[in-house]
Amino acid sequence: MRHIISILLENEPGALSRVVGLFAQRNYNIETLNVAPTEDATLSRLTVTTNGDDRVIEQITKHLNKLIDVVKLVDLTEGNHIERELMLVKVKALGAARDEVKRTADIFRAQVVDVTPSLYTVQITGDAGKLDAFLQAMAPVGILEVARTGVSGIARGDKVLSL
Amino acid sequence: MELLSGADMIARFLQDEGVEYIYGYPGGAALHIYDALFRQDKVKHILVRHEQAATHAADGYARAAGKPGVVLVTSGPGATNAVTGIATAYMDSIPMVVLCGQVMSHLIGDDAFQETDIVGVTRPIVKHSFSIRHPSEIPEVLKKAFYLASTGRPGPVVVDIPKDMTAPTERYEYVYPKKVKLRSYNPVTRGHTGQIKKAVELMLKAKRPVFYTGGGVVTGNASEGLTDLVQRLGFPITTTLMGIGSYPQGDRQCLGWLGMHGSYESNMAMHHADLVIAIGARFDDRVTNNTSKFCPTAKIVHVDIDPSSVSKTVRADVPIVGPAGSVINEMISLIQGKDIAHPEALTEWWEKIEGWRAERQGKLYEPSNEGEVLKPQEVVEAVYRATRGEAFVTTDVGQHQMFAAQYYKFAKPNRFITSGGLGTMGFGFPAAMGVKMSYPDDDVVCITGEGSFQMMMQELSTCKQYGVGVKIVNLNNGSLGMVRQWQDLNYKSRHAHSYMESLPDFQKLIESYGFTALRVHTKEELEPALERALADKHELVFLDVYVDPHEHVYPMQVPLGAMRDMLLSKTERT
Ligand SMILES: Cc1ncc(C[n+]2csc(CCOP(=O)(O)OP(=O)(O)O)c2C)c(N)n1
Ligand SMILES: [Mg+2]
Repeated sequence: MRHIISILLENEPGALSRVVGLFAQRNYNIETLNVAPTEDATLSRLTVTTNGDDRVIEQITKHLNKLIDVVKLVDLTEGNHIERELMLVKVKALGAARDEVKRTADIFRAQVVDVTPSLYTVQITGDAGKLDAFLQAMAPVGILEVARTGVSGIARGDKVLSL
Repeated sequence: MELLSGADMIARFLQDEGVEYIYGYPGGAALHIYDALFRQDKVKHILVRHEQAATHAADGYARAAGKPGVVLVTSGPGATNAVTGIATAYMDSIPMVVLCGQVMSHLIGDDAFQETDIVGVTRPIVKHSFSIRHPSEIPEVLKKAFYLASTGRPGPVVVDIPKDMTAPTERYEYVYPKKVKLRSYNPVTRGHTGQIKKAVELMLKAKRPVFYTGGGVVTGNASEGLTDLVQRLGFPITTTLMGIGSYPQGDRQCLGWLGMHGSYESNMAMHHADLVIAIGARFDDRVTNNTSKFCPTAKIVHVDIDPSSVSKTVRADVPIVGPAGSVINEMISLIQGKDIAHPEALTEWWEKIEGWRAERQGKLYEPSNEGEVLKPQEVVEAVYRATRGEAFVTTDVGQHQMFAAQYYKFAKPNRFITSGGLGTMGFGFPAAMGVKMSYPDDDVVCITGEGSFQMMMQELSTCKQYGVGVKIVNLNNGSLGMVRQWQDLNYKSRHAHSYMESLPDFQKLIESYGFTALRVHTKEELEPALERALADKHELVFLDVYVDPHEHVYPMQVPLGAMRDMLLSKTERT
């Protein structure tokens, strides 16, 4: 099953490589990875999506927790949560396809953020499934480049991941 | 307030931390530190002849003394030479602090002379690592390193120290930090009482119970409690290789050790048990054989300080995360005044076990006759007798290691010192040096093979320099015996590169360092040679003992089988 694990990580040099290294070393897979600072300058937040059965996920969270640089973590998929990813896509937009791209973008609530005579750059946010669906819809038109941020997420309701 | 250079802070910190020995080898990036060590006399530096030996010696010291071993190496090749020893300590959860010199901080990343990203190289084989970014951090970082290395599940910690951090001209305030805190590191201090109660209920109701204990009991100083618990219950106990001595091996309740080359009765008892109580052991593949056939009728209680060890390879029915010592004590207080529910079943269980024991009695190997080539097993038995079972025994890796574990009966923890997890040839001799330094008045015997010994024999020079009186028993079978055994069993005896065709004359070699060496060929020569070797506790003596090159280690579990599937000799199997 797919899991989204969010981690509060010491903002120390080398901390990220310990997390990534752990996945490689123990043969766990990383589907997406997203890291950025938080409101607390000493912490960064890292979100990783991974696949595995319950036993594997249990091992992943246990091993992550063992890393000295991991301060706290949560498996967001254990409860209700909000999952978001941002994607920028350059698609061919010539002739009839120009309107077609725009229409599809509207349906997905995506925005065209840059334009040239031959292409559109579209920005879209949503869960990974929505982004995949958009790419599928754009495939016939011609996708030139894709940049995805990887999944970020947060629990719904009162639950808070903090120190 | 005291102002010290980074290098002096390191020397001073080591003193304040109570470090007795530091094993190391100098080089450019570490020279400020070496100069600081030179200007003090509390911490003794032992100059090894290869950095790998420094880590193994520190490791041996740590295992025997129960305190972190300390290593100092220079950048680049000095640090990379230490890697095998760091990995060895990591796999066996041994507390160790490795100080590595590094190139000046402004050169890092430029492929400077002797620059290696040692933090990167060692990342998967350390408990944690630090890089010093300012000299003023040194006391606190070192304190954290020692704290991490020695608490929770112990392990090696690397501290990378760029040369400019130790410059003699820059001085900062030094205060010894008595305590440190790491917000993300809180090792458990006791197990969950509800879980312990559940485990005790299972224990009291069990009909065919067996304890299976590992290195966690040894490093957790929990042997006394364990012995008490096991004897109160009257249950059988088997240990892992790392757990040898966690319960006295000569005792009737001890079935020996288990796994690939474990005793017949241990593996049979595990297979037929209805309750396995695992404490400080990690169900590794050399123990479980095929996990899908492992202990088919048993419920499993698993006590370990490391949550990631629990249910890693074998699912625990009652997981307990906590230090062996406190969990065992809690178990003892819970069983106090209670009786086991099925004493008659336990009696029956013991009858079964005694039956297994009797089956193999006297059939383990065939001793040599007068004038014949010696069997390695009987050499170990002779060492056991000659040292009255009280020696510290270190080993290398191979057949001799298994024979040492099988035929030397250890009554105490920390006495059998071996590379269990990584299986590092070359470990035994330098580890013996470290052990000897923490127990100078005890017999420290390194049981090795001619293959392994040659991986670290340069340390004879270190022993000469510091007068380290270890005894070396070289079970010389003229080949990489364990490799050869596998080739006999799996490759139709095609002995691909398992010979040592150009062995040195060990006697001459040893004598060239000014030590005594004796050659032993037969039974008649063995005991007098051992007596000579053990005559003076402070003298290094090497026994080159020629043993039967055709001998195999048995029992040996059949690959992919259950615990009970074993080859028992060249011709018998279960
Ligand atoms: C550093 C290292 N290299 C290779 C091995 C693989 N290995 C395991 S046992 C063994 C043979 C050891 O020979 P020796 O020391 O003579 O011991 P014996 O088995 O003959 O008693 C080898 C090569 C190892 N364990 N460690
Ligand atoms: Mg050999």
